[in-house]
Amino acid sequence: MSRTPADFMRAVVACHDLQALIDALAARGYRVLGPTPRDGAIVYDDIVRLQDLPAGWTERQEAGRYHLQRRDDGALFGFSVGPQSWKQFLHPPVLSMWAARHEADGSLAIDSEAEQCPQLAFIGVRACELSAIAVQDKVFCDGPYPDVDYQARRRNAFIVAVNCGQAGGTCFCVSMQTGPRAERGFDLALTELLDGGRHEFLVEIGSDRGAEILDAVPHRAATEGDIGEADAIVACTAGQMGRTLETHGIKELLLGNLNHPRWDAVAERCLSCANCTMVCPTCFCTTVEDHSDLTGTSAGRVRKWDSCFTMDFSYIHGGSVRKSARSRYRQWMTHKLATWIDQFGVSGCVGCGRCITWCPVGIDITEEAAAIRAGSRRAQGTGHGGT
Amino acid sequence: MVAVPASDPFVPEIYRVRRVQRELPDTVTLELAPASGARPSFEPGQFNMLYVFGIGEVPISMSARAADDGVFVHTVRDVGAVSGALARLAAGATVGVRGPFGTSWPVRAAEGADLVIVAGGLGLAPLRPAIQQVLADRGRYRRVVILVGSRTPTDLLFKSDLEEWRRRLDVDIDVTVDHADGDWRGNVGVVPALIPRAAFDPRDTLALVCGPEVMMRFTVVALRDAGVADERIYLSMERNMKCAIGLCGHCQFGAAFVCKDGPVMRYDKIAAIFAVREL
Amino acid sequence: MAGLERVIAEQPLFAGLDRPYIELVAGCGRNHRFEPEQYLFHEGDPANEFFLIRQGKVALEIAAPGRAPIVFATLGEGEIVGASWLVPPYRWMFDARAVELTRAIGINAECLRGKCEADHHLGYEMMKRFLPVFVNRLHATRLQILDVYGRH
Repeated sequence: MSRTPADFMRAVVACHDLQALIDALAARGYRVLGPTPRDGAIVYDDIVRLQDLPAGWTERQEAGRYHLQRRDDGALFGFSVGPQSWKQFLHPPVLSMWAARHEADGSLAIDSEAEQCPQLAFIGVRACELSAIAVQDKVFCDGPYPDVDYQARRRNAFIVAVNCGQAGGTCFCVSMQTGPRAERGFDLALTELLDGGRHEFLVEIGSDRGAEILDAVPHRAATEGDIGEADAIVACTAGQMGRTLETHGIKELLLGNLNHPRWDAVAERCLSCANCTMVCPTCFCTTVEDHSDLTGTSAGRVRKWDSCFTMDFSYIHGGSVRKSARSRYRQWMTHKLATWIDQFGVSGCVGCGRCITWCPVGIDITEEAAAIRAGSRRAQGTGHGGT
Repeated sequence: MVAVPASDPFVPEIYRVRRVQRELPDTVTLELAPASGARPSFEPGQFNMLYVFGIGEVPISMSARAADDGVFVHTVRDVGAVSGALARLAAGATVGVRGPFGTSWPVRAAEGADLVIVAGGLGLAPLRPAIQQVLADRGRYRRVVILVGSRTPTDLLFKSDLEEWRRRLDVDIDVTVDHADGDWRGNVGVVPALIPRAAFDPRDTLALVCGPEVMMRFTVVALRDAGVADERIYLSMERNMKCAIGLCGHCQFGAAFVCKDGPVMRYDKIAAIFAVREL
Repeated sequence: MAGLERVIAEQPLFAGLDRPYIELVAGCGRNHRFEPEQYLFHEGDPANEFFLIRQGKVALEIAAPGRAPIVFATLGEGEIVGASWLVPPYRWMFDARAVELTRAIGINAECLRGKCEADHHLGYEMMKRFLPVFVNRLHATRLQILDVYGRH
């Protein structure tokens, strides 16, 4: 059962005691996943020991740029988000759907054994990522045909959120109202309190499951001072946003400007590399591949991540509907910020900034939205009205 | 109306090809019967995902209305790997079927009004179940006008159905082709040009349109010029489909997923985006 | 000629045309009857008359050696056969063949052109009526060229 922010119970855990949290989850059969440095980035992978976490690391992120940097303290969560998101565990990049056999009598048989879904525990889920998971919950669970595999993985997932102690270089959760404070959807939420000699975590309990796990971890009661310090940290992060995305009327703005010259301008830069869709925590497009063995007796279907930037994403006989990079960039951005709202009742963007960081040419979705808004306002100012 | 099938929407059901009828050199009609269990019910305008072992799946509309014989009827044109494989199946072959999916032609909503059905090329296939349903209950509708366009007379689909409909006194049917040789006694010209000559009351008409998107676009222009309201015109849209159940993102057309918000879509809801190139 | 005036006045093409002008047009006209498979004119013939179809169907076709002629349009009741009478050198660019028994009014081109030169108001009325017919036909022809039903 999850609770509302007003009645979160709080406690404080010493940094080294977080190992007990990892151990408690592992002991209950969870696969514990968290951030770890690898290959020059902070990625999400299995963690066993506290030392697996990127203590003392931060990143420098700008449009088209990412590199790790050493901190002058030993903060465990002193970074924001890397190239990966939690969707790789809840909505795996490759999933076997079913296998088929051609019987001797020419008939066809299909086996659809569902893959065993592991119990997943996520350590270090940012507020924007909680929002992203909530968005994907709508996408995969609320329609007439729920994604059964996603539902199973999601149901069992244990979430330890982390409130950001600093803004990332490209993120804008405040504009999207998705952070920096984790408000709901977690079992436990941590705020790192690191000053002077102490290294502790304020823990907010968000569910009965969270309370039960916390019982296995040494902790003390939270004081007003602890809570105040945590609040101050989050407020400071909120004030550090380097970007804004004006969301007022964004749906009408984009859908009313489908032929705005800005689309041509961004198309000159966009490589259709699909990085943005791979790193975006809400992008959900997939494709299916049907394959068979050489003897033609067995076949199968595999679901794989796909991207609306690929040339044949929109292929119908005769050719692709979206042949130009312009149309494909427009599709991605208008879906993310506008039509997503019609489809799922919320924006598809959570302001995590990954698409800006990981775009090889540094295209910035907030800049593109602002340019279209400015161009649209200018047109209205001269009395021509709209595009 | 989205019909949720009783079976797992992710996994194909096994069907056998009961009969193959060649319609045109590159087009066949398949009758598919379930290997076990009953064929689910469906509405005109809906489609199934047809799977050929090891090759893949394509969305194909039902091309005949649900009858008591418990089969799905699909008319397939060879335009790619999967459709080509389907077009070459022999009776007795097995295929996978997922569905029925999608929205249907609002046949009941046309009761008491005039009905104008405009089909271009293979677009007659998804409309045939609607035509059959209307003609089976003819008394519920006022005037029924069927307009059919095709490339040449030899490319006309369902010629025997066209002749049967033409023989009826309670249906106006007009056929046109893009070009013909001297043996053709009928019209030569485009389908939209048939609309000003058709007899219907635009103030109380429901129009169902299916065919290549260019043909649908100009048919809509002619219907609107004739005075038919945007919210009384229905089109059948087509986009790339992989999952057919609104989860893979491929079939998006504006905010709509053609697999579950379509393929049959009311024109007023898509008018703003219909003419936007590469949307 | 009263009968011809009435028939011309009833043609959708001439709807709203002032009575005196109807008389002027009728003055250039005469009735025709074409049997099935009879040609109204052939490609290359001088475009002396254009035709208003009262009843029946006319196929427009182009012949090429070694193959059957290709019909690229059919015209029916209320439609006009021929625009070449307006355009120098006033020669037909295709064949026109009656598909079934066809009754038509033939309007003498030189006669009508002369009257339009003498009275430019009449000329403009003719242009206003004929131009949309041929623009729409051009548009339809474009759609036909697109071969939308063909295999891609």
